[in-house]
Amino acid sequence: MMSALHIKRGSNSHSAYNLRSTFSDVQEKHTLAVVVENEPGTLARVIGLFSGRGYNIESLTVAEVDHTGHQSRITVVTTGTPQIIEQIKAQLERLVPVHRVNDLTVEGPSVERELALLKVEGTGDQRVEALRLADIFRAKVVDSTLASFVFEITGTPEKIDAFADLMRPLGLVEVARTGVAALARGAE
Amino acid sequence: MVVQALKDQGVDTVFGYPGGAVLPIYDEIFQQNDIRHILVRHEQGAVHAAEGYARSTGKPGVVLVTSGPGATNAVTGLTDALMDSIPLVVLTGQVPTFMIGSDAFQEADTVGITRPCTKMNWLVKDTDKLAGTIHEAFHVATAGRPGPVLVDIPKDVQFADGQYVRAEDADLGHYQPRTKGDAEEIAELVAAIEVAKKPVFYTGGGVINSGTKASELLRELVEATGFPITSTLMGLGAYPASGDKWLGMLGMHGLYEANLAMHDCDLMINVGARFDDRITGRIDAFSPNSVKAHIDIDPSSINKVIRVDIPIVGDVTEVLQDVLELWKSRGAKTDKTGLAKWWKKIAGWQEVKCLNYKPNDKTIRPQHALTRLEALTKHRKDDRFICTEVGQHQMWAAQYLGFENPHQWMTSGGLGTMGYGLPASVGVQIAHPDALVINVAGEASWLMNMQEMGTAVQYRAPVKQFILNNERLGMVRQWQELLHGERYSHSWSEALPDFVKLAEAFGCKGIRVSDPADLDDAIQEMLDYDGPVIMDCLVEKHENCFPMIPSGKAHNEMLLGEAETQGAIDAKGSVLV
Ligand SMILES: Cc1cc2nc3c(=O)[nH]c(=O)nc-3n(C[C@H](O)[C@H](O)[C@H](O)COP(=O)(O)OP(=O)(O)OC[C@H]3O[C@@H](n4cnc5c(N)ncnc54)[C@H](O)[C@@H]3O)c2cc1C
Ligand SMILES: Cc1ncc(C[n+]2csc(CCOP(=O)(O)OP(=O)(O)O)c2C)c(N)n1
Repeated sequence: MMSALHIKRGSNSHSAYNLRSTFSDVQEKHTLAVVVENEPGTLARVIGLFSGRGYNIESLTVAEVDHTGHQSRITVVTTGTPQIIEQIKAQLERLVPVHRVNDLTVEGPSVERELALLKVEGTGDQRVEALRLADIFRAKVVDSTLASFVFEITGTPEKIDAFADLMRPLGLVEVARTGVAALARGAE
Repeated sequence: MVVQALKDQGVDTVFGYPGGAVLPIYDEIFQQNDIRHILVRHEQGAVHAAEGYARSTGKPGVVLVTSGPGATNAVTGLTDALMDSIPLVVLTGQVPTFMIGSDAFQEADTVGITRPCTKMNWLVKDTDKLAGTIHEAFHVATAGRPGPVLVDIPKDVQFADGQYVRAEDADLGHYQPRTKGDAEEIAELVAAIEVAKKPVFYTGGGVINSGTKASELLRELVEATGFPITSTLMGLGAYPASGDKWLGMLGMHGLYEANLAMHDCDLMINVGARFDDRITGRIDAFSPNSVKAHIDIDPSSINKVIRVDIPIVGDVTEVLQDVLELWKSRGAKTDKTGLAKWWKKIAGWQEVKCLNYKPNDKTIRPQHALTRLEALTKHRKDDRFICTEVGQHQMWAAQYLGFENPHQWMTSGGLGTMGYGLPASVGVQIAHPDALVINVAGEASWLMNMQEMGTAVQYRAPVKQFILNNERLGMVRQWQELLHGERYSHSWSEALPDFVKLAEAFGCKGIRVSDPADLDDAIQEMLDYDGPVIMDCLVEKHENCFPMIPSGKAHNEMLLGEAETQGAIDAKGSVLV
């Protein structure tokens, strides 16, 4: 009965390719800092690894951090079982242009920040309320017209989520987010 | 400059095919004699030939092809080499830098297309960086876990003058994989060796990749400990088939004794193998009661599929050296009584003689054809190289031929590329002109790259194409028999060419044999002929390849030859490949 087979992704009993079940099934979120050679194609190789092997990308930021040393830093937030997270790190580490991979989630405390711009349209009370909430969240007004604001907010992704949720009924029309940048706390 | 860089890297042979975007390099090739260029008939053939060259010599294979279609034709070979960890340096021509992105004639995004099927690739936009990039390419292809790399060179970069960098002055980047195993883990492995009652070595392609010294050390360790040893398809020859600790190949079509030893063992020592799904079968039933050690140079191979207890990241040669040294210094201990019992149990499994078959005096059974090929070429084991295509014949070759040395067995394992064997055999023969090079083929696979017979004839490469012709896509037919109610959908080889006439058309020798009584003479004729031969060996059409662990089953649920097969694979297993 071939056609009666509905195989769920990740259910190991049906497929030799799904190898999760002997391991823990708990999904974890990890922030990885990947220092790479800043050369054409490196980002494509890293992203291709995630899509090719079916890993998640929740957020990804990249920019050059060391011009003379030709190094860029990619911060990627991903989810998976502990074994998948280990695989992701090992797969990243073996890429030729990757210098090192740090798992900020397990390597001790770290700071995570994201920047977002939110456009909120409205007049009257809604507009006043938006401004009041922005103040509480320490969001800055970076553009304003009589009928709209653009707020700039920095913080953890959760804080930005919360702010966006509050703005939605108050006329939120557009959001631009940078994705997470993260560093380990304390001296090197 | 390109040719100079290749010479600097000690390259003696390049497999390639010219075109507009590589003409400047071909012009360089024309004006020198140090590097031999082998003109293939299709770029896929060039890559497989280079794989054969690389696997049989331990040196990286080099390929040169043009832009666009030349590069895209190389993709299958690149993927094959990536899966089987074969070091290759592939140079492709590209349209001039100022035309990139304009859909120029024969433009393709070669680095984009080949990114997922190379270990690393580069587009060189500056002639000053060309030589350095080529040197780095050789380093990356061969360091750590080997693999294919590609350098894409626009035509204007080939024409321009630039600064040449010698190999010894080149900046090889930061890529320096670790080769020395962790001392603590090694000590744990040694401690496990000392007390194991039911140990088994499970070795793989990593031993071959690591070089001949790795095989020597492996042999020494196996003999000294007296532990049984099995190997994957990719690792055959690292330990000699004639050795008395040899259990034969393991896995889906592996030997009964090898698979049961893996299932029952209390210590599994994986040396350079990657727990492929052809080996593990059902993951949750895989060797349930063993302590598992894994020696691998690629950290991502460890704990990828099977969780191991003793992970050792390092090169096989270095790790085995350390293991041997430490184990000896601690008194070279093993549990002798435990081992003796274990061997007794194994002997019981060996009694089953899972490779036995009933000879037939009307039609040639493929197992018999290979048994006779083995018998008639045994005396040439030291310079006998075997290539295969993909399918049943490949598995029978692995089962019925014995490999005494590493680097003498070339097969497409990970990707399973039909059409690999013929060009690979040409590559092997080019590297070893006086050796006996045989491609054990199925007729369907062989047709996929048969144009390379022209290459063999042109370069007088006396490759022997031993085609086990069942007029079927045999492996597919077997699965349809076992899984799809004997509905043989499109698994026939229809309208086959007359292989003898085909051989004559290519200007080589053709032999046909169908009567078991004539088999030996036909094989001998093939071996004696001083030139390439296509041998059309007509075999039993509906033969199945056994033993077989059906997909989704555990090692101890194996089908043996001539066994009742109906219902052997249940619905769950039938979605696996
Ligand atoms: C039709 C068909 C049927 C098949 N059936 C079987 C079967 O029954 N049995 C079987 O065994 N195979 C079978 N295969 C082949 C199978 O698909 C895999 O290709 C094979 O099992 C993989 O072999 P391996 O584990 O030795 O790994 P390889 O692919 O050879 O990988 C080598 C491993 O060693 C590591 N390594 C490389 N260099 C070094 C070094 N210097 N030091 C340390 N580690 C190193 C690598 O990182 C890698 O993990 C079949 C293939 C086909 C096409
Ligand atoms: C390029 C490619 N296409 C399809 C397959 C699927 N496939 C695996 S074995 C096989 C049949 C091979 O037939 P043949 O070469 O005659 O060998 P036999 O199994 O009969 O020995 C096919 C179609 C493959 N492995 N490679």
